[in-house]
Amino acid sequence: MNVTALLDTLLAFSESKLGPLWGPATYELVTSAVFIVLIVAPLMLCVAYLTLWERKLIGWMQIRIGPNRVGPLGLLQPIADGVKLLFKEVILPTNANKALYILAPMLGIMPALAAWAVVPFAPEVVLADINAGLLYVIALTSFGVYGVIIAGWASNSKYAFLGAMRSAAQMVSYELGMGFALVVVLMVSGSLNLSDIVNAQGRGLFASKGLHFLSWNWLPLAPMLLVYFISGVAETNRAPFDVVEGESEIVAGHMIEYSGMTFALFFLAEYANMILISTLTAVMFFGGWQAPIDSALFNLLPPFGWLLAKVFVIVSLFLWIRATFPRYRYDQIMRLGWKIFIPLTLVWIVFVGAWMQTPWNIWK
Amino acid sequence: MAEIRNYTVNFGPQHPAAHGVLRLVLELDGEVVQRADPHIGLLHRATEKLAEQRTWIQSLPYMDRLDYISMMCSEHAYVMAIEKLAGIEVPIRAQYIRVLFDEITRVMNHLFGLAALGLDLGAMTVFLYCFREREDLLDCYEAVSGARMHAAYYRPGGVYRDLPETMPQYQAQHTRSARTLAAMNDNRQGSLLDFIEDFTARFPKCIDDYETLLTENRIWKQRTVGIGVVSPERALALGFSGPMLRGSGVAWDLRKKQPYEVYHRLDFDVAVGTNGDTYDRYLVRVEEMRQSNRIIRQCVDWLRQNPGPVISDNHKVAPPSRLEMKANMEELIHHFKLFTEGMHVPEGEAYAAVEHPKGEFAVYFISDGANKPYRMKLRSPAFCHLSAMDEMARGHMLADAVAVISTLDIVFGDVDR
Repeated sequence: MNVTALLDTLLAFSESKLGPLWGPATYELVTSAVFIVLIVAPLMLCVAYLTLWERKLIGWMQIRIGPNRVGPLGLLQPIADGVKLLFKEVILPTNANKALYILAPMLGIMPALAAWAVVPFAPEVVLADINAGLLYVIALTSFGVYGVIIAGWASNSKYAFLGAMRSAAQMVSYELGMGFALVVVLMVSGSLNLSDIVNAQGRGLFASKGLHFLSWNWLPLAPMLLVYFISGVAETNRAPFDVVEGESEIVAGHMIEYSGMTFALFFLAEYANMILISTLTAVMFFGGWQAPIDSALFNLLPPFGWLLAKVFVIVSLFLWIRATFPRYRYDQIMRLGWKIFIPLTLVWIVFVGAWMQTPWNIWK
Repeated sequence: MAEIRNYTVNFGPQHPAAHGVLRLVLELDGEVVQRADPHIGLLHRATEKLAEQRTWIQSLPYMDRLDYISMMCSEHAYVMAIEKLAGIEVPIRAQYIRVLFDEITRVMNHLFGLAALGLDLGAMTVFLYCFREREDLLDCYEAVSGARMHAAYYRPGGVYRDLPETMPQYQAQHTRSARTLAAMNDNRQGSLLDFIEDFTARFPKCIDDYETLLTENRIWKQRTVGIGVVSPERALALGFSGPMLRGSGVAWDLRKKQPYEVYHRLDFDVAVGTNGDTYDRYLVRVEEMRQSNRIIRQCVDWLRQNPGPVISDNHKVAPPSRLEMKANMEELIHHFKLFTEGMHVPEGEAYAAVEHPKGEFAVYFISDGANKPYRMKLRSPAFCHLSAMDEMARGHMLADAVAVISTLDIVFGDVDR
């Protein structure tokens, strides 16, 4: 029995028991809750194992071994870390604003998880197939900054406050570059729906010859890909843009006073955001779930497998960047965002717009 | 209207970039440093005073604990001051060994300094690469003195013992396969000199690796060029020495200007910067590592060909061999006197300075002829450099203050003494 048939049976069952008014509503509620769990639980597992992969990969790059003591090959390390953080006391600083102090980590993780609602994992496999998907994602990722600012303010600590100030400036400026980069994607796809954006990439001169990967957005929109990805690194506060945490300057920035699960929530949010940005990069520039070449061999891997593979590569790129580059200074980050990315994207919007009006428009 | 006040931040003493126990009171206007006020003394151990209660030999290990990143260089100044005061001749082989280990220490110190600068500016990989090479040099320390850090290897009149014929080996562990173990011990089969020679052969490539990651890296340049600029005049006025002075373009190196031991016989160049900023000091230190590598090679070649005594045969200052001691009454008395009462140094004053990796490190003694110094004064480069902190950090951002602390290359054992 396939999924659609199963769902239909459930709907019929619910209607027969609860009547035509309450039946479908209950059905919606229950199935949505189940789907949310189906997305968030594996996501949390991915986040946990991303921390392990980060430590392993950076370890290899830095001639170290990485965790190898807890479980075989260190595979239980994330579990051990989780258990440790769970059992730690959540310390409330005396002069902190208690309510906001507790609220901040939740505000941090909520958007990081909620954004996954519109991410298409495979053709037709998406929790909420809404038409304003791209807008929804941009709106939610912008929300993440509130968690950081409120945490920095509520901690009543000078270092945390500096971190909050930095993040407010940094995230807001990179939102712009990121948003403009996505406007170009929107223009060429003609849709805000993420599934449509993926499908649009499957059409074109090369795609009709089976060479899908040459029709994906990364090739014609290469500068936008660069801007989007770098802004994504900045948006998630990852090295070399990790001035908000700034280990050697402001120690841990907004997280300095947090402990136990409140700290863990910030941590989870950061990694969930990292995976989210990678997934969005894959969806918007690398053809989402599509196989690079339309041939029997490449189609052996199911669509979801292709998406996973792409996300894995992009996430690893995040880690590679962290192992390679020194940290920017706060004002240099601002300069990069405002003086390079925003003008570049603005010019590119005009350029692509003009291109689309010419007979050489490749996005028809 | 609300009063606008600057923000005062206590930077340290527990801070990842404080390089030990620096307490820096920073007055910030936004992120811009208006005033940097270093508070020192958290690691003060009264080394100078302690030396007045101990025999000349007993104070020697304190020198290792001053600058615990470059240990033997401080020892060197200490024994040189005693030798100057007592007029002790040092055998030529001992002089070569001292120069060899001074240069190994210099490489060790600069590796650590580069690692710390990298880590402070967020380049974590450089940190670990540097520590990989530093580990080999610490093994050289271990081979020669038995201790990885606090060597206590130099003695008035020479060095404690000749270079060993074997290297310490990695031991078997359940996490190491026989093949890994053999590979790890591969270059430790011969003598210490073989190991050092092998190191000098591969070290230039390692420096190239660090430079690939940093020197032309745009972010690295943005973070270091123009940060903490010191003009040559100010550098001299502030009492700078070592790479801090040379980074500003003053070609002052005690190894060239006042050659001690056998530096005048060795072939090396002095690296000099032009702008006096953090980037130039970084380049100077990297080049010094290459030059030290050259010196180490020359020392290894000479030491291979010229065996000989490594400590003075004046048994008023250096202990006689065990063999002679058992057979000869005179030597037995020397031994007894040396290890109970200690050596006596004639009345007078002496100042001996060495080109320590961080700058000019010097020891000044006043002796009243007793078996311990009447007064000892240590001249540490780090203290002078730290006192320029305010001048160098003012007007820069908080993140640059971190770079400035790092480029000063200070160690608190040395600042506080």
